[in-house]
Amino acid sequence: MSCQCAPENRTPDPKQVKLGEVFAKYKGVKGALIPVLQEAQDIYGYLPADVLRQISLELKIPLSKVYGVVTFYAQFHLEPRGRNIIKVCLGTACHVRGGAKIFETIQKELGVADGETTEDLRFTLESIACIGACGLAPVIMVNDDTHGRLTPDKVKAILAQYE
Amino acid sequence: MPQYRHHILVCQGTGCLSSGSTGVLNSLTSEVRSQGLKQQVRVVKSGCFGFCMQGPVMIVYPEGVFYTQVQPDDVPEIVSSHLKQGKVVERLLFKDPETHKPVQEFDDILFFKRQKRLVLKNCGAINPENIEEYIAQDGYFALAKAVTEMTPEQVIEEVKKSGLRGRGGGGFPTGRKWEFAKGAEGEPKYVICNADEGDPGAFMDRSILEGDPHAVLEAMCIAGYAIGSHQGYVYVRAEYPVAVSRLEIAISQAREKGLLGERLFGTDFFFDIDIRLGAGAFVCGEETSLIRSIQGLRGEPRPRPPFPAKEGLWGRPTLINNVETLANIPQIIRHDGDWFASIGTERSKGTKVFALAGKIHNTGLIEVPMGTSLREVIYNLGGGIPKGKKFKAAQTGGPSGGCLTEEHLDIALEYDSLLAVGSMMGSGGMIIMDEDSCMVDVARFYLEFTRDESCGKCTPCRIGTKRMLEILTRITEGKGTEKDLNDLENLAQVVRENSLCGLGVSAPNPVLSTLRYFRQEYEAHIHDKYCPAGVCQKLLAYEIDPERCKACGLCRRECPTGAIKGAPKQPHHIEAEACAKCGVCLSKCPFKAISRGPGSRRPEPGLPAEVAAGGDEARVHPDSGSSLVH
Repeated sequence: MSCQCAPENRTPDPKQVKLGEVFAKYKGVKGALIPVLQEAQDIYGYLPADVLRQISLELKIPLSKVYGVVTFYAQFHLEPRGRNIIKVCLGTACHVRGGAKIFETIQKELGVADGETTEDLRFTLESIACIGACGLAPVIMVNDDTHGRLTPDKVKAILAQYE
Repeated sequence: MPQYRHHILVCQGTGCLSSGSTGVLNSLTSEVRSQGLKQQVRVVKSGCFGFCMQGPVMIVYPEGVFYTQVQPDDVPEIVSSHLKQGKVVERLLFKDPETHKPVQEFDDILFFKRQKRLVLKNCGAINPENIEEYIAQDGYFALAKAVTEMTPEQVIEEVKKSGLRGRGGGGFPTGRKWEFAKGAEGEPKYVICNADEGDPGAFMDRSILEGDPHAVLEAMCIAGYAIGSHQGYVYVRAEYPVAVSRLEIAISQAREKGLLGERLFGTDFFFDIDIRLGAGAFVCGEETSLIRSIQGLRGEPRPRPPFPAKEGLWGRPTLINNVETLANIPQIIRHDGDWFASIGTERSKGTKVFALAGKIHNTGLIEVPMGTSLREVIYNLGGGIPKGKKFKAAQTGGPSGGCLTEEHLDIALEYDSLLAVGSMMGSGGMIIMDEDSCMVDVARFYLEFTRDESCGKCTPCRIGTKRMLEILTRITEGKGTEKDLNDLENLAQVVRENSLCGLGVSAPNPVLSTLRYFRQEYEAHIHDKYCPAGVCQKLLAYEIDPERCKACGLCRRECPTGAIKGAPKQPHHIEAEACAKCGVCLSKCPFKAISRGPGSRRPEPGLPAEVAAGGDEARVHPDSGSSLVH
């Protein structure tokens, strides 16, 4: 299908090209919806409505069903997200070792609540229930880096590492 | 092949990676080169040793010296002193929590010494990204034996004889599950490895996949041969990126070596494995939800029967086993069922991996024979409770399980004994709590988790968990009534008996078990508006020590509710009714004059028995709920 994102411009949108490759890769694969959504989100950073429509047409799955799947799983996002994703572990081990305090500190520091993104799109803050690094509790993840054995006063310096 | 004088294994599990083991590994590699030891020392990336809180860890062979909390700056000293001059770097050794003496060798550390590592045998011992190291540890020998010397029936017979039961929670006999899948009609059949480990506090599956991925792949092949399947899927959480990448490497190496794919070991048997990533839904650990998720649908469970063994993925017979269950299989086939059955207890065979976490010295992964006592795990392997605190409870089985108390310290850890006292084995998470942990808060925490993760398909779970959480929250905020306790118990029964899948059926367990063993804590919250452990925020009392207060006025100005009163040069005080318990004053006071504690009980410490038994509502509504401070 043709690209609808930039009708004026004839050079193909690189994201659309990548998305096309994903469709090609999963053509005819049973149960491809979730991997396609995962890869589409890797390309766009979230799942824009247009992309969901495209996926629906391409995989011949009604948009309502696609939307149903997207909203079922915690991993999928319908809104743009920050450049850096902070995941604060509130699993059991972190809970008993003061994870909530860390979470509070970050919320105050950034001025956003759970699941929100800062206005400058620098950070998205999320709470999650256990990343399995219980030996280092309390733990947060910023992007793919894990920071463990935290205390509230270490938070600021960690956030400063991410632009 | 060069003759290495030393092999150094540097842990690259998620725990150690988080504490910076990549830097240590890089620095070690370059230091070994720059100090001219490249021909004599081999640096190996290894899987998880299980001692995550001491990370980054490394072990130097042949001596078996175990270094803990190694930072890149420590590496030059290790190389020049230990590797060159044979002098062990003492300050990096593990110190025994009791004696405070450094322990030099890996095997002498109680944490390791008291373990029986079968499933974790290769974790920390081999490079998980190199199939040859796995093969050198007799890897893929069991698969060869199965497909060339045994019939599928014989394979299943050995698994049945071993007495192995599912390690994911339910404890269903694995051999019988295989038999059902083999006997089921329909083609093709599928083998699924359930690696959607979601219990907060459990990370054994992740460590196995990171440290010994081939063991799981080999087991899936064996299962495929036994039930007549040619396609396997590993359903793994996307939150485990290291495990996913090790699995990908392992699958491609196994394909290259002809250990996955067509004509395995020259026979007609063929088998291949693909990875499916979970998308963040705890309920997908339930097998029917997991199957729907692989099919690209919302991961909602469906009633069983039909069981997946009969009607599973795409409606075909499907065998689903958990990671740890599978990791036992190659050894069972390599030895035999009787060998495995000789380990453990009458009805729980083999070993179990537990993830120790919470208020305990040695957090990490341990593997012990089934039937080991809780006391042994906590005090000998776990090194006891830090800071001289008292053991209060161990929560086993995560949000589906219950707690074990001091009276259970000598209980044998096995499926049936845990069920008998209202807990469960679950996947093996074990959270230790000390006197500073509030059991009502713990129950509330687990309910919050199950409420969030309830998929919403069935009403008892969707609404029941929400209502239970509301009641628990009320209690922790000091607004609970005696009726709440009765409602909570009734609701728990309804949710347990009527939910569609294991998530809902087991969701009330933490509540029921804390009510059973710590009812007096609930009652203290309700009747006395008092949190004995001093955890529940709304029930805490803030006090200013008049001796320490310098009357600077900082807290008074910062207090958002104006609860702090005082004049210049007069020690300040907090008016309890106005205090919102936000803690700002505590964090601002430069003289550490403000303290937070459980306050004092109201009306009287110690509860009369009739309050515990009956619902005398008039007396459980003390009209001034917040006056804790005097």
